[in-house]
Amino acid sequence: MTLVEKLYLPAIFSGMLITFKHFFKKKVTIQYPEQTREFSKIYRGQHVLKRDEAGAERCTACGLCAVACPAEAITMIAAEREPGEEHLYREEKYAAKYEINMLRCIYCGDCEEACPKEAIFLTDRKVDSLYTRGELVYGKDILVEPVDKRVDVTKRETSKVAEFKAHKEFAHNKTFDKK
Amino acid sequence: MAKVTIDGHNIEVPDGTTILQAARMIVDSKGYEGENIAPPTMCYYSKLKTSGGYCRTCIVKVTKGSEKDPRPMPKPVASCRTTVMDGMEVVNITSPEVLEARKGVVEFLLINHPLDCPICDQAGECHLQDLGYEHGLAKTRYDFKRRTFNMIDIGPFIKLHMTRCIMCFRCIKVADQLTNHRYQGMIFRGDASEISTYISKAIDNDFSGNVIDVCPVGALTDKTFRFKSRVWFTKPMDAHRNCTKCCGKVAIWLKGNEVLRVTARKNRWGEVDEWICNECRFEKKDATDWVIEKPTHIDRHSVISANHYESLASLKLDIGKQQKQLNKK
Repeated sequence: MTLVEKLYLPAIFSGMLITFKHFFKKKVTIQYPEQTREFSKIYRGQHVLKRDEAGAERCTACGLCAVACPAEAITMIAAEREPGEEHLYREEKYAAKYEINMLRCIYCGDCEEACPKEAIFLTDRKVDSLYTRGELVYGKDILVEPVDKRVDVTKRETSKVAEFKAHKEFAHNKTFDKK
Repeated sequence: MAKVTIDGHNIEVPDGTTILQAARMIVDSKGYEGENIAPPTMCYYSKLKTSGGYCRTCIVKVTKGSEKDPRPMPKPVASCRTTVMDGMEVVNITSPEVLEARKGVVEFLLINHPLDCPICDQAGECHLQDLGYEHGLAKTRYDFKRRTFNMIDIGPFIKLHMTRCIMCFRCIKVADQLTNHRYQGMIFRGDASEISTYISKAIDNDFSGNVIDVCPVGALTDKTFRFKSRVWFTKPMDAHRNCTKCCGKVAIWLKGNEVLRVTARKNRWGEVDEWICNECRFEKKDATDWVIEKPTHIDRHSVISANHYESLASLKLDIGKQQKQLNKK
């Protein structure tokens, strides 16, 4: 070592200088619960099962999300709509039970892509941290959006979906048996 | 005997064979590998007499009439109703003209067919779905209102959803040929025609359930299976039981240990091998009623075969054999 290096002080001062510079830089930390970072437009968080304009559930339990799911996180049981339940379910078949295992889910968004009824969307909401595994199997009580508290997914509607909606000649975009 | 060439494949068939049957013979002789040159069918059913000739999906082009009269036929012909001639040359999938014409036929079949595949129990094993998919018909150009009907219960086990019907006449022929009395028929004409049981007479024949298996779309469905599960979540197994009425050889569709549905075994062409009775089909919904043989082979490129259960079963067999050999040593 040279004499300057042996002194140690220049090295300490140059190190302190770097530390000192950071006092005048923009802070990178945020106060999380009060402040949140801006989410990406295509952030994929907790799922929502959408209702249509009239408030009826869009999901018809076709099973395409479950078959598209690479993690096999989605299970469902279908049921037939009874007369008088038209305001609750859009089609003659609906999902009586719809469960997503949030621990299995990898948030890839394939279910959203597979859905022919625009029923399932991934939102920018975060999935809660819970204590047991059972709690993280989300059922319809959590997934279906409340009628009075709709979840906005307009950001997630890709140009493809918008195009699809614009062309009403796609017959499966309509309901059939509204009698 | 007559020599025919279909899409470049030669075969010698007995006189009176139709082009469709000859094409199927070629595919059968080549085994499961190789391209499927057999024209698709929506109404023709080899097990039912006088079926075929309604849907026109099996149209092919005859480029050489016969050895004696080599002129080509002027228009595409329905292969299920056209018999072969010696020296005949036919093109099916190698002819863009045929594929274009078939695309038109599919579009016509889909005019009144609702696109409610997400609801329909037939989805996944529907021949019209396959046909629409193969011909890339995601859009319809039809602007008018599709015809709709109320659902009809045919007996306690069968539901008729006329909205989905494509008028193939198969179910009527089953009712005519398998049962002693004619209960079912076509009423009205042209665009207004519909399948009906006369005066809504319930079919209480032992073999009436077979109309479900022959229906190429989801118009006739099993009420005991209605909305229970999508077919691709169930596992088909060949099974049998001692039945006094029928052969008792069926395919059962399992979810776990639960028998969700019982159908007849179908061959490569989606046709029933042996008809089964209603008791086997609708009333034996317990796994203990059946002797399970093996997983059903699903030949068609289908979402049902996405379960990989069959290869898994054969893998287990292989491992079993290997273990036995090891034990011998």
